Amino acid sequence: MSEPAVADTRRLNSKPQDLMDAYGPPSNFLEIDVYDPQIVGVGRNRYTTYEVRMRTNLPIFKLKDSCVRRRYSDFEWLKNELERDSKIVVPPLPGKALKRQLPFRGDEGLFEESFIEERRLGLEQFINRIAGHPLAQNERCLHMFLQEESIDRNYIPGKV
Amino acid sequence: MSFFGFGQSADIDIILNDAETRKKAEHKSEDGKKDKYFLFYDGETVSGKVNVTLKYPGKRLEHSGIKVEFIGQIELYYDRGNRHEFVSLVKDLARPGELTQSQTFDFEFTHVEKPYESYTGQNVKLRYFLRATVGQRLNDISKEKDIVVHTLSTYPELNSSIKMEVGIEDCLHIEFEYNKSKYHLKDVIVGKIYFLLVRIKIKHMELDIIRRETTGTGPSVYHENDTIAKYEIMDGAPVRGESIPIRLFLAGYEMTPTMRDVNKKFSVRYYLNLVLVDEEERRYFKQQEITLWRKGDVVRKSTSHHSVIASQRFEGSSNPDKSGCQSNEDHES
Repeated sequence: MSEPAVADTRRLNSKPQDLMDAYGPPSNFLEIDVYDPQIVGVGRNRYTTYEVRMRTNLPIFKLKDSCVRRRYSDFEWLKNELERDSKIVVPPLPGKALKRQLPFRGDEGLFEESFIEERRLGLEQFINRIAGHPLAQNERCLHMFLQEESIDRNYIPGKV
Repeated sequence: MSFFGFGQSADIDIILNDAETRKKAEHKSEDGKKDKYFLFYDGETVSGKVNVTLKYPGKRLEHSGIKVEFIGQIELYYDRGNRHEFVSLVKDLARPGELTQSQTFDFEFTHVEKPYESYTGQNVKLRYFLRATVGQRLNDISKEKDIVVHTLSTYPELNSSIKMEVGIEDCLHIEFEYNKSKYHLKDVIVGKIYFLLVRIKIKHMELDIIRRETTGTGPSVYHENDTIAKYEIMDGAPVRGESIPIRLFLAGYEMTPTMRDVNKKFSVRYYLNLVLVDEEERRYFKQQEITLWRKGDVVRKSTSHHSVIASQRFEGSSNPDKSGCQSNEDHES
């Protein structure tokens, strides 16, 4: 073979792209909103719940549009399940804010508007990061958290 | 011999016979500094002169012999006491006696075998050098002169492309292709990445070149990875059916040829690492080894041949092999 004087840098052959593939909807759509905080209960037994709405076209999720109510401890439960069962590094949750639960505070404590908003944002970031992880998508706990009305804490952990 | 610093001593210089004509090559030293050394190839003769210059003219210098050595040596940084010599040649220049005046000695190491390329790495060093020694009772007077050796290869007979389909089930499937598996140091990596399935949100894709230096054997093997290059080939989110081209020029990076199991002491291997990063900074990657080799410089016999090819490339005329195909395949809008 004679040696080329200038390097051959032509592109390799590739098939032309299907127009449907090029301009069709992307198959990676996944959006989760955490919104509408509501305070449930009375007196010292009050807590905040948030609406968790998921819209997706990923086939691994049974429902393409789901809406559930969850509280902070539910998110904690999910984090613990994933840390135990999956091999992923689970992102951090917004803080537990134990100090806010003590009495004699000048403000509304756990139900202070700015705090709830900060927590809501943190929870939204948390759930979006987890739900997009291919390894987390295999875990039953994630699907139960996002798409079932209530969380069965006695469930059998496993893969989807 | 005097103990008051007035004893005779000597300076040694080693000078190569072809110092005027021989090419020099740049080589990085252990502390990162670059220097130029005379370049030799396997089988070449190493000849020159050793100048022994007396410090105090008129006084004698007693010695236990004068010799010059040509040494090829592997040194592991964590085991500096045990330097392993794989080439060791000696020429005696003078029997034990005394020098009454400065003197020059000729030497020649004929057709010396230099089986490996000079290499200075993270944990190991392979070097070739001349060492001239004037033997003394307490401390020998010696001088070393390093040279650099390059190992050359020719175009390999078998050079298949690397083509593979990889992915994560139901999330990401790609088919990647690199035009060759063996590249010379000034070659171009031409390839493409074809997306079969994309269910994650990709932010960008890059191609990294990684050098892995392996030292030690058996249970004490140590790998040191070094990323030599990071080359972004795609910015943004691809969809199914898209093909991303790769054109990576190797001449811009400082690399050595692939060295496999040199004298059973160390290896230097190169890998292409294709890395995809999604919007959450998760990294998906596929590593593939490539073989690097050093091509000898071609001496151009006729300048007209060179200029014909140059004009074909830029003007797109006559030669169908080089210019025709590009327009036929160009259907990207």
